[in-house]
This record gives sequence, structure tokens and C-alpha cells, in this order.
Amino acid sequence: MYLIVSKNKLNSITSKMVIRAPLIANKAQPGQFIILRVNEKGERIPLTISDFDKESGTISIVYQKVGKTTMLLDDLGDGDYILDVVGPLGKPSKLFGHNKVLIIGGGTGCAIAYPQAKALYNKGIYVDVIAGFRNKDMIILENEFSRICNEFFLTTDDGSAGIKGFVTEALEFQIKNGKNYDLVFSAGPLSMMKAVSIITKNYKIKNIVSMNPIMIDGTGMCGGCRLTVDGEVKFACVDGPDFDGHKVNFDQSIQRLSIFNQSECKSRDEYCNLFRRDLDAKYES
Amino acid sequence: MPNMNPKKTQVSEQESNIRNKNFNEVILGYTLEEAMNEANRCLNCKSKPCVSGCPVNINIPKFIGYIKEGNIEEAYKTIISSNLLPSICGRVCPQETQCEAKCVRGIKSEPVAIGLLERFVADWYMENKKDNDSYTDIEKNNYKVAIVGSGPSGLVCAGQLAKKGYDVTIFEALHAPGGVLSYGIPEFRLPKYIVDSEINNLRNSGVKIKTNVVIGKTLTIDDLFNKGYKAIYIGIGAGLPKFMGIRGENLIGVYSSNEFLTRINLMKAYKENYDTPIIVPKNVAVIGGGNVAIDASRCAKRLGAQNVYIIYRRSENEMPARIEEVRHAKEEGIKLKVLTNPIEIIGNEHGVVKGIKCVKMSLGEPDETGRRRPIAEPNSEHIIDVDTVIIAIGNAPNKLIYEDLNTIETDDKGCIIVDDNLKTTQNGVYAGGDIVTGAATVILAMSAGKKAAVSIDNYIKSVFA
Repeated sequence: MYLIVSKNKLNSITSKMVIRAPLIANKAQPGQFIILRVNEKGERIPLTISDFDKESGTISIVYQKVGKTTMLLDDLGDGDYILDVVGPLGKPSKLFGHNKVLIIGGGTGCAIAYPQAKALYNKGIYVDVIAGFRNKDMIILENEFSRICNEFFLTTDDGSAGIKGFVTEALEFQIKNGKNYDLVFSAGPLSMMKAVSIITKNYKIKNIVSMNPIMIDGTGMCGGCRLTVDGEVKFACVDGPDFDGHKVNFDQSIQRLSIFNQSECKSRDEYCNLFRRDLDAKYES
Repeated sequence: MPNMNPKKTQVSEQESNIRNKNFNEVILGYTLEEAMNEANRCLNCKSKPCVSGCPVNINIPKFIGYIKEGNIEEAYKTIISSNLLPSICGRVCPQETQCEAKCVRGIKSEPVAIGLLERFVADWYMENKKDNDSYTDIEKNNYKVAIVGSGPSGLVCAGQLAKKGYDVTIFEALHAPGGVLSYGIPEFRLPKYIVDSEINNLRNSGVKIKTNVVIGKTLTIDDLFNKGYKAIYIGIGAGLPKFMGIRGENLIGVYSSNEFLTRINLMKAYKENYDTPIIVPKNVAVIGGGNVAIDASRCAKRLGAQNVYIIYRRSENEMPARIEEVRHAKEEGIKLKVLTNPIEIIGNEHGVVKGIKCVKMSLGEPDETGRRRPIAEPNSEHIIDVDTVIIAIGNAPNKLIYEDLNTIETDDKGCIIVDDNLKTTQNGVYAGGDIVTGAATVILAMSAGKKAAVSIDNYIKSVFA
């Protein structure tokens, strides 16, 4: 059982949880993830370790309420327990050895981007951050980012905050303005990472992407997280989650991510119905 | 007078048309009367060849002798002195190639049903006596031993060392212990209450089990030594699924057998009130001819699939699966497509499987395994309409644990190299089971765990005592 030390809402559908997990905190490095299971009948879902503190023995996760499991997770709060948390899984990111790094986060992917930027910045490396969101209500980690980078760009699709447009536009703008990055790291929706990789390829800038596919065990056993990189099958859980963005077959990964869409919707809807029934009962009594 | 019936005493089974719609156990086991009747088929011959056929050398005629007398408790004690997990072995051991293959009754008729008798004894004990087990008489020596992996090999090694007084902790990467017994072998062949009961028994004997710890990630081998563990046993199995390398393997609807079975067995996708998603297949192709392929096919049938095909490139004679499992599968309506080899998985415009392209095979000269080599027949391409493909062609060692290690040597297949005492190239570290041999059986993994326990005991006594 893993204690939830604190839970903070970052926006209407995204929250951050600090969880007591000393063994994981002790070994965690940027780019790694955990798998958690909320209760006995729950699914195992992977979530990036967005922050960790060896001293206090805690790790942080940021999640968006998209399916039943994240909804169940969101029912828990300070002082509650999560049944299972395992990690740190995956290979740590290898972002060191570059001089000028651009970190791009899209939506909840910012939780993956944040520890990367923090680790580099704290080592004195030049880091810019572009964080993109649908609109101003979806923004997360804005203050955190602004403290750990040289330049911070916020974009929203509708222009309700920051620069209007996609992260790709900000990326091209920066490159054209002479920011000679030698590494771009991107984490977020697959379509965003794909678009970023096309631009970085054009400008011949190295691009590492953080893949986040469906998985069960996270130790290389199920193969559910497989993807094609440079024509070879890789497992995101043990070979990744970071890969060379110029070599990932994004279209295949986009297809594979839709595997359980239907049942996820069904599971979530059922859960919402249950929740609704609970509420109805409350109001009726 | 011995029972000279040439046939084994029949055991009751769930009817095939009923059992292929549920996940309850297929074989229901002997009653006391049936067990005594079958025990009397044993001639108690002088040569006892059955004992040498057993990887853990259970004194088979002795325990069968106790069954003849109706003294099941003594029969249990006889088995347990050689085999810590009899209720599991009685169910999943390939007796037909081990003890029963050597039984003298088997020369002219059917051998004694040793597996069913072992299972009967273990089940009887679990039902009637287990609660009385006491472990207070074990003298603790306070030496700590770490076991990596809670599959059959690790469980047995832990149990043997606990009996000798060691302070044993098992580390398991998943949220539940049991390894392949929990995630791999389905409920209808090995009910999970049996696995749980055996594991509880170990816990009662003082073994600690820490789940959600991935050795190589959460803790390293060095961390374990630094925490005061005097010796380590690696029994992590062969968990990395092999794929065929043909086109279409990443389409939606293609699973490794590990993923498919884990979703069903460990994550209980077949139970209504669990959250694990699984798409109920209509037409399924399972690739492979081993027990895992059979397990996956029978699970698919039970989920409600209409047509389940096992696609195997050699003939039925060469199938590595147990004969009994193949028979059960066929009875349940699973269709064997032997001498058939997949060459491509075909998807629709959404990247979802819609068929599998295969070629017909014929058998040529024997290869290095002694089995006749399959050869593709020209112009034999054909497509089988399926929406799900499960690949069950074997597992390779998972190299996760090696990431922080360069002192443990492995061979070119990734299997850990050990000496005759199962010691690895690092002092104090032992290994056994599938991670050493490549994918094999539960009982061989158990026998390695037992052997390693002896080696670890000798090592600790010689170095630390």
C-alpha cells in the first residue's frame, strides 16, 4: 500500500499526486515511469514519474481523468492509499551531452517534460521550454516550468493564454530566429510528437520522443507496448520510453493506441453511470 | 491383490460442451474410493523406475502404498518430503513423459495414474489437515537470503531454505506472487485458490514476499547484498515473448500469448467486475504447438470465440504440448491446423486484423531436435479469416535484471551461465529454472529451486558460519 501524501488539482481534469514510495524515489531518474493499480479489481496503468525526492521518499505523478482507472484514482485524496505502485520502470532519458536543449510538452505530456527540463537546467545546461495546451483552462505546471528554464513559451490552440497556435509553430519560430538547438525532446500526444519530429528532421536537429503506449507489466513480459523504430520491433517499457523521433513509426503507434478505445469508453461510461446512480441515491434520500 | 485393470481409473471431468464456456477446473479429481482403487494398480515393483522419472525423485511407490491403506496423511508427508508443491505438480506436470512413462504397468497397458494420485493426496490434505500445519519447531539461523521471482523455482527454493531456518524474502515484480502459475496457466487447469493456498503455506513457514519490486530497477543485486542478504537466487523465468518477424505482427488484434494470458489469468479480464479490457474475439488463430498455445486457445474459446484454430507448422505428433491438453482442446471444439505456417497477418484499413496468410507444410528429414523439419509446399498459400492472432511460439530470457550487472555472465541466448551447483559467475548468486535452461516445465524449475537451496545452504555455512 502506498500513501498519498498530497493531491493537488492542476486544472479541471488534471491532478498531481505525491505518493510515498521510498524505494522508487531512491532510484528514479527523469524519463522513468511507474505502473499503478488502484484496487484489487483495477487495471494496471503506466504513469510518468513527474518529480521525485529521495530525502522525503516521495514521487509525484500527474494524471488526466480520461478512463475509469484515472477516475478511480481521482476519488482518492490525501491520506488514502494506492494498492500497488511499481517502478521506476523504463530506461532513464539520456539528454545530457548537448549544449542547447528545447523541451516540448503537450497537455499532460508536460508532466513528462518537466523533470527533463529540471534535471538539465539544474546542471547548468541551456534549456528552453515550449508547453502547449488546448486552452487556458487546461494549463498545468506553468509556474514550475518558468523556474527551471531559460526561456518559457506557453501556447494554446485557441489563443486564450500565451501564444495562439500549436507547439510546432513556436518551434519553427524559434529555429527560424536562430536558436540553434542541438536537441529537442518532446512528450505529449502522438500526433504532436509526430509533427514535431517532421520539423526537427527538416532542420536536422536530433529529436528524442517519449512514447506512452498501452502496457501491462512494464517489464518486457507482455509485448503490448511494442512499436516499430527504424524497422525494428521495440518494447517501450524496457527499450524506451525514449526513442529517436526520426525513426519511430508514429502512424502504427497511433493505430495501436486505439485498441481498447471502445472498451475504455464503455468502462468509463459505466463508471460514470455508477457514480451518477450514487449521486441520484444521495439526492433521493 | 493388485487391481489388474489395464486402464487407469477414470476421473470425472466437466463435460466438454459445458466447460468450454466457463473457467472452472476441467478435471474434477479422484474420490477417496477411486484413489484407493487406482493405487491398487501399483504393483510396488522392486525396480521403482517411476522414482527416477520424477525430476524431484518423490518416493512414488511409498506414497501410493499409504493410499492403498487409506492413510492419506502419511502419503502427503511422503510426497512433501521431496516436493513442496504437490497440488500444483499433480495438475501441471507432464507425467506421461516422466514418472508415468517409466511405470512398468505402462509396458502392456496404461501406467498408474501417478499424477492424479499426487493431486488427490494434496487436495485431501489441503481440505482436511492444512490448518494444523505448524512451523514453530524450525530453528532460525538469521541468515538472510533473497529470492528473485516468485514462480515455481523461487517458491520451492524459498520453502526449502525456510525449512532449514533461513530468513527468506522473495521479490516479485508483479502485484501478485506465483509467476507463471498466476499469470500464465489458466484457472481451468490450475485454480488460483490452489496457488494461493500453497503460497500462504510458504508465508506461514516464515517466507516473506515483497511484491512490486523489480530487481534490476527498484533494487539491484548489489543493493540486496548491501541490505545484508548473504545469498541470492535468481528464478525469474523466461518472460520475453518471441514474435515471428512476419508482416502484420503489430496490427490491432495481435497479442503475445503472455499478454493474452496475463489479461485473462492475472488481470481476470474474463470476470465481469474487473476493469481489465479485452476484446472478445470471434475467430482466433493461435500460433504454436506447446502447452501455452493450447492454454491460449482454450481461453479464447471460453471468452466466447466461435472458431479457434491452432496453427502449427509440424504435425500433431511433433506438438510439444501434453497429449491430455491437446485432447481436451479438441474436445472443446478447438480446431488444429497442423502442417500450416503463417507468413503474413493481414489487416483492414483501420489496422485491425482480418486474416492470416499461411502456407501448407510437409515434413522432411529430422533436424537437430530430432523432429522432422517442416518444408513449405509450393503454391499452397491460403488465407484464414480471423480477427485475433495470438503468438505462442515461446519466450526468451528477460534481460531486465542484467541492466545493472556485469558480473553475471550469460550465454548468447541470454540464459544465465551456472555451474553444477547452480552458482552463477558472481559469488553468492545462484540461478535456476527457465532463466538458465530456456523455457521448460514447472517441475524442472522446481527441481532447480530445490537444488539451489542445497547449494546456498552449503555456501552460507561454509563462508559465514
